[in-house]
Amino acid sequence: MSQQETRLIFKHIDEQGYTNDIDCYVKNGGYEQLRKAVTMRPEDICAEVLTSGLRGRGGAGFPAGMKWKFLDRKSGKPIYLICNADESEPGTFKDRQIIHQDPHQLIEGMICTAFAIQAKLAFIYIRGEFFEGYKILERAIEEARKKNFLGDNILGSGYSCDIIVHRGAGAYICGEETGLIESLEGFRANPRIKPPYFPAALGAYQCPTIVNNVETLCDVKHVIEMGGESFAKIGTPGNTGTRIWCVSGHVQKPGYYEFACADITLGQLIYDICGGLKPGRKLKAVIPGGSSSKILRADERFIGKLKDGTEYDWGIEDIPMDFDSLMAVGSMSGSGGVIVMDDTTDMVEALANINYFYAHESCGQCTPCREGVPWMRKVTQRMLDGEAREEDADLLKSIADQIAGRTICAFGEAASWPVQSFIAKFKDEFVEKAQEQAARRKEGKETAETTTLI
Amino acid sequence: MISLKAETIEKIDKLVPRYPTVRSAALPLCHLVQEDLGYLSRESIEWIAERLELQPINIQELVTFYPMLRTEPTGEYHVRVCRTLPCALAGAYQTCRSFEKEFDCKVGHTSEDGLVTLGFVECHADCGKGPVVMVGEDEYTDINPKKAVEMAAKMKSGELSKGL
Ligand SMILES: Cc1cc2nc3c(=O)[nH]c(=O)nc-3n(C[C@H](O)[C@H](O)[C@H](O)COP(=O)(O)O)c2cc1C
Ligand code: SF4
Ligand code: FES
Repeated sequence: MSQQETRLIFKHIDEQGYTNDIDCYVKNGGYEQLRKAVTMRPEDICAEVLTSGLRGRGGAGFPAGMKWKFLDRKSGKPIYLICNADESEPGTFKDRQIIHQDPHQLIEGMICTAFAIQAKLAFIYIRGEFFEGYKILERAIEEARKKNFLGDNILGSGYSCDIIVHRGAGAYICGEETGLIESLEGFRANPRIKPPYFPAALGAYQCPTIVNNVETLCDVKHVIEMGGESFAKIGTPGNTGTRIWCVSGHVQKPGYYEFACADITLGQLIYDICGGLKPGRKLKAVIPGGSSSKILRADERFIGKLKDGTEYDWGIEDIPMDFDSLMAVGSMSGSGGVIVMDDTTDMVEALANINYFYAHESCGQCTPCREGVPWMRKVTQRMLDGEAREEDADLLKSIADQIAGRTICAFGEAASWPVQSFIAKFKDEFVEKAQEQAARRKEGKETAETTTLI
Repeated sequence: MISLKAETIEKIDKLVPRYPTVRSAALPLCHLVQEDLGYLSRESIEWIAERLELQPINIQELVTFYPMLRTEPTGEYHVRVCRTLPCALAGAYQTCRSFEKEFDCKVGHTSEDGLVTLGFVECHADCGKGPVVMVGEDEYTDINPKKAVEMAAKMKSGELSKGL
């Protein structure tokens, strides 16, 4: 395996002298793919994207070409394109860089996509906290409009499309595509039930809508540039293109690193690319795809069979960084947010921190989620307040088990997976916490200890 | 009656017709009015509703749902510390405690002298540079407790930008 980054999307990120204005972008070959796209037949672009095997970079990894195929084109209603720039899955910080440093790449990818699906209007739903990103995008769109890369009769093609940048206001659930659509329509971001509300059929304003992540839409530009087949050669079959891994937590050099799928293992990413852990520390656990993805324990063995039949027997450091391998070991690549924890980490505290997040972010529509997630938070908080009970681990698991699969949107799973996996892998620490406190109580000592993660 | 800057009104008038439905402009209007006036008062909510031919409750329900919308003014400085796991692993809670001590103000509150409102926020998508702290709209990264003390001093002296 090589350890060279393959910088496709992040080609110009942090490059000396590269600026985020349109002149710099055009000087570096920008908007050439849009020029090419508008001379193609829209259905041919869709076919290229399908051939490329491009999978969504927002979390679920669904093939973009397939999603576009599901568009209800017969309804006669206008089609909308939405770029999901909500980037709020904890541990994920790649879309921000694209927006700040290379906004025109996103705009070009979006207009190419809009043309391919023949969208009437496109939106960028950007999280409200990206104050600067919002201004950068607004300016970039005006620049692009002046050069006729968007707006009326784009480059003389007869196709017209505009982009509206729509700001969220601090709610994580706006990242869920149907919650996003509700929010865009001016309502609370209460996700819609699927079926029937698959965006491709009944999306924004009850019209067929495609929602794609920022990185996915940038990839479209590169698919057009190199053709679907060449794109599919990057990475491995079923795991095509590059991924931007956002590494945070206890590594020496946290940051974003772009690699072809499966070009690097988790161990190489942590030790070779991110400079390893602080001196004297040992790896304890990794959350590989944003805080919703299931945690991996450093001393686990992962044994099984891949989709194509190959058998594997991996330690945590051997796991190839791609969609299917991380899925095979029981977690997911999700949004690419790799959170690394060393042996100083208290797992009860880490879970309490995560539970706080999800309890804060539940939209409140479904009873299991609205009641269960704050309950899980209460339990982990109580454990740290000095009232841990030995049965808490089982209680947490039982609450999580009753949420996952019983809710309108996948937030239910997102909030349950951390709890289920922490308990599956670190139950001993939850039980020990209770035992230690019991021992201190017996000695007449304070049971709660100072915490660092909550 | 609320009085908005001419510039805000102009932005609103431009924005509303761009959307397929007027209601879509509700959240953007909340942002614009809040940015202009600092927070969303009862009157502001009624004004937005009327501008979009909606009922005040339609706006009120957004204000109570979206964490960034507020119904009270903040202190001169609005300090928000990201507390989510990656930032916490980088020491965000210690950073926050340092601010609490410097301002003699608990997180979630405004200091008695009205200088700061200190709050937690969830992941700001810059986790590689945690702990992340926002002051108004300005982002500060890698803020350890020591840097927090320095920032606090600059807020007390008025040197630091309010990030408005
Ligand atoms: C709770 C929740 C939060 C999500 N947050 C985001 C997000 O911040 N950004 C994003 O692109 N997708 C997010 N998604 C995934 C979107 O629903 C959707 O699948 C994605 O935007 C589709 O784009 P893609 O196919 O290009 O990945 C989230 C999903 C759930 C269930
Ligand atoms: S699962 Fe939670 S976040 Fe999703 S719709 Fe239900 S209550 Fe809302
Ligand atoms: S956790 Fe603080 S920016 Fe992501």
